[in-house]
Amino acid sequence: MTTDHTLAVETLTVGYADRTVIDKLDLAIEPGRITTIVGANACGKSTLLRSMSRLLAPRGGQVLLDGRAVHKTPAKELARTLGLLPQSPTAPEGITVADLVGRGRNPHQRLLSRWSAADDIAVAEALDATHTADLADRAVDELSGGQRQRVWIAMALAQQTDLLLLDEPTTFLDVQHQIEVLDLLTDLNRARGTTIVMVLHDLNLAARYTDQLIALAGGGLHAAGAPAEVLTEDCVRAVFGLDSQVITDPVSGRPLMLPIGRHHAAAAATTSSLQQPSAHSPE
Amino acid sequence: MSTTTLEAVTRGRIRRNRRRWTVLTVLALITATMFSLSLMLGNTYYPPGDVLRVILGETVPGASFSVGTLRLPRAVLALLVGLCFGAGGVTFQTMLRNPLASPDVIGITSGAGAAAAFAIIVLGLDEVGVSVFAIIAGLGVALIIYVLSFKDGVAGTRLVLIGIGIAAMLDSATAYVLNQAGQWDLQNAMRWLNGSLNGSTWDETIPVALALLVFGPLLLTQARNLSMLQLGDDTAAALGVRLERTRILVIVAAVALIAFATSASGPVSFVAFLAGPIASRLLGPRGSLLIPSALVGAILVLTADLIGQYAFDTRYPVGVITGVLGAPYLLYLLVRTNRAGGSL
Repeated sequence: MTTDHTLAVETLTVGYADRTVIDKLDLAIEPGRITTIVGANACGKSTLLRSMSRLLAPRGGQVLLDGRAVHKTPAKELARTLGLLPQSPTAPEGITVADLVGRGRNPHQRLLSRWSAADDIAVAEALDATHTADLADRAVDELSGGQRQRVWIAMALAQQTDLLLLDEPTTFLDVQHQIEVLDLLTDLNRARGTTIVMVLHDLNLAARYTDQLIALAGGGLHAAGAPAEVLTEDCVRAVFGLDSQVITDPVSGRPLMLPIGRHHAAAAATTSSLQQPSAHSPE
Repeated sequence: MSTTTLEAVTRGRIRRNRRRWTVLTVLALITATMFSLSLMLGNTYYPPGDVLRVILGETVPGASFSVGTLRLPRAVLALLVGLCFGAGGVTFQTMLRNPLASPDVIGITSGAGAAAAFAIIVLGLDEVGVSVFAIIAGLGVALIIYVLSFKDGVAGTRLVLIGIGIAAMLDSATAYVLNQAGQWDLQNAMRWLNGSLNGSTWDETIPVALALLVFGPLLLTQARNLSMLQLGDDTAAALGVRLERTRILVIVAAVALIAFATSASGPVSFVAFLAGPIASRLLGPRGSLLIPSALVGAILVLTADLIGQYAFDTRYPVGVITGVLGAPYLLYLLVRTNRAGGSL
């Protein structure tokens, strides 16, 4: 239903003050799929998300949503199609979950319009989808990190956008909550066809949950495509300057990156000759 | 979506709305009561009937002068400056996400006050000229604080500390003006240092009323955007808020309210600082705090002025009373934030 939105980046150059972070980047986001952006710290992942959602004006090039430059689209109009959950949003002291999720309705409300039944429905749907309905009357600041992240996602869902951008939605979460959040985003993508673009730090989770993996390095694109094509030992070396072994994840069949590090280089050399073939052979 | 969730969401919203309206109604009633008491109480007590007849334009011996000429302009001015300080204060606190960043703490009120004192005492301008002078000074101070504290955003410790420093400088400028002009009479000095309603007439009251009529509604149009800013700049922008436009509108409207009020009553201490947190404590973060804070501001000024005039043997200006109320809360906030990790 919503797979027909196209989001593309054309020779985009953005930066802060005198520093250029992204230089002439070209990129097409696959509609209706999950895309993950990976790269070393300060390589411009968040900057890319921020400029894709109109928060940062480009110095050159443009971001096109359905062929129209996002920086020329009125803020509210864009916010009805494309949502962004920033890395560390702040919840006002004492705000309840239901109120916070309700704030996601802002782009659908006019200056003097009253809260409508459609707003209630959107909030209820978002609470149900994120399994936060029983938290609705709790204060956001009393929740655990995992619950809080689900509430923020619920707010973004109440916005009812066909595209959702998330900046490191799993940061500061325990492993079970990381999986919970990524499963939730996958549900959303599968059930509603929401195009999801996120920044993740964990390469293995990225490979597992992503249809399209984008690796950024040095202000530009290093590789983009299916995780199996992108996440290779050469790519990890080029993007992160790290030696690794990439094997097949026995759980998902996706690539799994094992970092080597200085203290395990010798052991890695022996195990790679022993285990590498067996890890791939059953496929 | 399950229907039980929808019902719970709808019920919760209705419950929170009811709470909001209850709090607003109670605040409005208290404001009306304090306003009426300000007209009735004094050296001579006049019953509500007499007061009402004076307001309706009838001549009541004694009451016509006491109530009509002395008490009414004073009570109306107390009400108006309270509304202005309350709304202007919570606007800054909300926009900067910091309860310490109210215009009276960070120097904007001091700027308007110093300019108004200078315009009246040294330049001898009329009410309109004074207000214009005060607004320009208020906006100028806001701009200076913004420029000095800007570094990857403006909220936080740096802004508050720079603001406190600027406020101290401007307060001494006010004291200097008072000295230089050789008009060191106590009434005037108290008005420009602490805020006072002594000797209020309609001449001071009407410009504040007009400012409230123009800038109050302008601020209210930004109420929703303002509460969206609490979520952080990026989140608010991603939800369709135009950050720069909202900030400029809101700063101009709030500074105008503060400046007009300050040029009439002087910088009534801590009303702008206290009103927002009190309203927020009563209401919780349910929607906009603008109107509730404005009402709390009015209640504070009306009550403090009554206390200052009649509770003690000596008559104290309103700003002395609000200062006594506000200072402990400022200390409490500083101690609490200091404990919570040192950042304001």
